[in-house]
Amino acid sequence: MTNPPTHLANRPVPSPHRGEVLLVEGLAKTFGSHRAVDGLSFAVRRGECFGLLGPNGAGKSTTLKLCLGLIQPDEGRIRLLDEPVPVRAREARMQVGVVPQNDPLDPDFTVAENLLVFGRYFGQSDALTRSRIPDLLDFAQLTLKRDARIQTLSGGMKRRLTMARALINDPQVLVLDEPTTGLDPQARHLIWERLKRLLVLGKTIILTTHFMDEAERLCDRMLIVDHGRAIALDSPAGLIGREIEPHVIEVHGPERAAWAEAARSLCDRQETVGETTFAYCRNPAPVLQSLQAHPPLRVLHRPANLEDVFLKLTGRDLRE
Amino acid sequence: MSSPPRWAPPRLSLRLIPVLRRHALVWRKLALPSLLANVADPLITLVAFGYGLGALLREIDGVPYVTFLAGGAVCMSTMLAASFESLYSAYSRMNVQRTWESLLHAPLNLDDVLAAEWLWAALKGCISGVAIVLVAILLDISRAPTLLALAPVILLTGLAFSAIGLCFNALAHGYDFFSYYFTLALTPMTFLSGVYFPIQQLPGWLQPVCEWLPLTAAVQLARPLVLGQWPPDVLGPVSVLVAYALAGFWLATGLTRRRFVH
Repeated sequence: MTNPPTHLANRPVPSPHRGEVLLVEGLAKTFGSHRAVDGLSFAVRRGECFGLLGPNGAGKSTTLKLCLGLIQPDEGRIRLLDEPVPVRAREARMQVGVVPQNDPLDPDFTVAENLLVFGRYFGQSDALTRSRIPDLLDFAQLTLKRDARIQTLSGGMKRRLTMARALINDPQVLVLDEPTTGLDPQARHLIWERLKRLLVLGKTIILTTHFMDEAERLCDRMLIVDHGRAIALDSPAGLIGREIEPHVIEVHGPERAAWAEAARSLCDRQETVGETTFAYCRNPAPVLQSLQAHPPLRVLHRPANLEDVFLKLTGRDLRE
Repeated sequence: MSSPPRWAPPRLSLRLIPVLRRHALVWRKLALPSLLANVADPLITLVAFGYGLGALLREIDGVPYVTFLAGGAVCMSTMLAASFESLYSAYSRMNVQRTWESLLHAPLNLDDVLAAEWLWAALKGCISGVAIVLVAILLDISRAPTLLALAPVILLTGLAFSAIGLCFNALAHGYDFFSYYFTLALTPMTFLSGVYFPIQQLPGWLQPVCEWLPLTAAVQLARPLVLGQWPPDVLGPVSVLVAYALAGFWLATGLTRRRFVH
């Protein structure tokens, strides 16, 4: 076990409801004829983990860029850490850490140099940054890689270094764009562990993801967006409870069509996608019983999850 | 409530200093090969043309050809290095290596990032320009005290070509675009700017056009200084270089804002 970075730990943990760190009202942005963000409003509370979910092209990354003041909105109002964005986005970003996709680290620098140089962008003295580096490397499990070149790091290490770099200014808010995309399970779990630790320390986390298990694990609340519009905002459990039946039975194999027809009245909702029938129900017993008459069918009975909600709300069409 | 309008003047701040330090730290790691690459071309030109062709020509405007050429070579060296840095290297930081993205996530504005590119590419130009001056001193091509006055000329030349390069960088969608700029703009310009021969050799109708080229202005200032004289006209060429540098950087800022922010 490693200890949390001390400069992060020394800060008193703010109570979770001391106001909002990010306020977005009526945000809209059009690129050419494509309405990327179409009237989004939401607020992120201090100390929570807020997820921005949506299929590819839903407007997640554009929304993040708008909130960081990197692009000019067509309409709407943004306040980040009490600063109007984009007018005073630079001031707001003094207190924000950003973990973008694809880890744009400096390939010509070592691990430690990446952190040192990044600290300078915040106007931090090298002495202050140097004093933070050992703890951040420890936090990112990169202590032994301190003087390694970036090219020699694995994908997980690069992501953890990008995360450590985003913490160099001891930010109040950490923004992550798809933090575990492209990582293996071990690396993903380590990132989740570190994010949970930051939450315990009182940091606010805003992340985008299309991994539903990630959102379910980490997020206190999440906003599902599609076509640049908000389509649901709640806790993962709240969304699952509100939007979908608690049991899902997935069935495929020979005789599926016959069974599906017969069992239609036994479930609350039925959906057939290609060769698979999904039966959504509050009481699974009669459905499972009906399946016993069709032994060749392959059956998966599982609790409903966020992915079911997501697919119900955003549809099953591919977004490419 | 908005970002600066697209064509508002560039907003400069001292925040660009850590960005310059970043570029310098990278350069320190790769300095020797980078310097060789930048200086090789003008150096070969100076030695090959200066001594090779110079043996045939003997004198031009009353001085040995190599001495005549040296002033042009200093300007060309500055131009090439500043252009290379503001095109290939800046593009690589902007789009390939995505250094800009990291910078913009820190408390830096696009204007800061771009201004740092501008100054850095100008500085790279200066290093290459000064390297050619040192060669000229070492080879005893010129040891005139007026060489010292080349410093501001080299700086202005670097700033002008760096600014022009950043305009093209803002429009680029790949490295290929830059080879057009080099072969269609910079190479012809070296022949139209009096680097190799006086522009009085050009057709009469072309000469007034050439007067407005930034490289012509640079050569008009640098050549007399290499020959140990003061330029007959300082204000004209200096104004041309300042105009390219400032208007170019303003234009580059607007084009880059259009690409990123708007």
